[in-house]
Amino acid sequence: MENNINNIMIRAEHLWFRYPSDTEISGNATENNWILKDISLKIQKGSFTAILGHNGSGKSTLAKHMNAILIPEKGDLFVAGMNTREEKNLFTIRQKAGMVFQNPDNQIVASIVEEDVAFAPENLGVPPAEIRRRVDDALKAVRMYEYRHHAPSQLSGGQKQRVAIAGVIAMQPDCIILDEPTAMLDPQGRQEVMETILKLNREQGITIILITHYMEEAALAERVVVIDNGEMILDNTPAKVFSQMERMKALGLDVPQVTELAWELNRAGFQISPEILTEPECIAALEKLL
Amino acid sequence: MLKDITLGQYFPVDSVIHKLDPRFKIIDTLIFIVMLFSGNYIWNLLAGTIFVILVQGLSKIPFRMSVKSIQPIFPVLVFTAILNLAFIDTGETLWSWKFLKITEGGLQTSIFMICRIILLITGSSLLTYTTSPILLTDAIESLLSPLKKIKFPVHEMAMMMSIALRFIPTLIEETDKIMAAQKARGAMLDNGKLLDRVKAMIPILIPLFVSAFRRAEELATAMECRCYQGGEGRTRLRQLQATGKDYCSLTICLLFLIIVILLNCIYN
Repeated sequence: MENNINNIMIRAEHLWFRYPSDTEISGNATENNWILKDISLKIQKGSFTAILGHNGSGKSTLAKHMNAILIPEKGDLFVAGMNTREEKNLFTIRQKAGMVFQNPDNQIVASIVEEDVAFAPENLGVPPAEIRRRVDDALKAVRMYEYRHHAPSQLSGGQKQRVAIAGVIAMQPDCIILDEPTAMLDPQGRQEVMETILKLNREQGITIILITHYMEEAALAERVVVIDNGEMILDNTPAKVFSQMERMKALGLDVPQVTELAWELNRAGFQISPEILTEPECIAALEKLL
Repeated sequence: MLKDITLGQYFPVDSVIHKLDPRFKIIDTLIFIVMLFSGNYIWNLLAGTIFVILVQGLSKIPFRMSVKSIQPIFPVLVFTAILNLAFIDTGETLWSWKFLKITEGGLQTSIFMICRIILLITGSSLLTYTTSPILLTDAIESLLSPLKKIKFPVHEMAMMMSIALRFIPTLIEETDKIMAAQKARGAMLDNGKLLDRVKAMIPILIPLFVSAFRRAEELATAMECRCYQGGEGRTRLRQLQATGKDYCSLTICLLFLIIVILLNCIYN
């Protein structure tokens, strides 16, 4: 099952990447230029993976490989079995693996919500009646249907980001890659977006790849991949990753507060598992302890 | 302060005129302009006035809106009137002082000219009052589509127009933020001589441009991600559909034009 080719959404094989201009400027291709170093990764269909890393770790660059905006210099990346190198696959890959960016303002094209959601299906040449159906479905899925006639400038950050997600859903993708979708939002907007992402993953079975540096968000995923300096360092369940407190701190990454609390208690000699991710889990564990 | 700028002049109310196909409204407006300029007689002005009043009534646009549309061109009106009065010397002399004289012909031409400009502005403003900028863009794209045959980038132009419309509120908001930030650093934006104030705009414009370019690049990537590949093979969510009412409006406009031309031929 694990290696069944049909179950793999994204497969990176010994992927190396650097920006072309970097080699030109420095004149010699030293090892330091590589932004991504030998990344090999398989992401299962229908899974929810978080990619963690601090600024400049290469996590956004990796995301841009997943829908063929960037092409690896060495190695290959396959989306649903299609190599991103091949030009003829380009639009199929982008339709299968949609991408949501950090700033909602810079990815909304049209001046009316429903027009914007219709943008991708319009580009794909979908017939108008079918576009209407997809737009309505997508807006309902992100709970923005009532706002379909609004202008984007009338919406809050979280609402705009949900519209951007609806714009991707309207392509009917198998996978959505979100590149720090909550970085510019307030806590309220962040929660709205995270709820939407979880709903899409659970109810529609869409594969989610969430790039983030919020540990609380990563804790919601099934799997956490930690990238540092272009290398994949950790790849495990959130509980296993975050319980490695010292390693995470050394990488300049935080862990969820409750995990840190549990870890400190554990180190102080209390009988509590350091693999705690959420507040309810923590409360339950503490009650048991008391 | 900057947020008060209205986007275009669209005035959304529910009326027959608002519901017309924007393509037909553009053609109707063009016919109206042709009618206004098809001759230099009283009939053109009379028909123009009836037409504007009729459309104004049907569109439920408040009268003061139309008055407001003339305000900015007031200096132009005065200027044209003076020029016509001063330089046309046909017909009887009505009044003269030294080398200046006002003739009957001059007076008539200037009155005609003022009326005609007022009708032109109020009539064509009704188009922008009753049609949202997005629909206008769609209509222009559709009307110009025959030009695609001679490789004129119709789709690209319409896309640029709609993106520009989309980003006006975003950039205005950004300008407000930059102005506040520069004021917080001691920039004097609201006082000083004209030249000083123009100079004070530079620290606002430069960050605004830099951010606009950054936005443009991100938007281009986002559009590519959503499979944008130009106008070729693109479908549209909103289809422009001509109805009986649209053909009716076209017929009325053409009738106005024909009647005016006929009257001009018969009575002059």
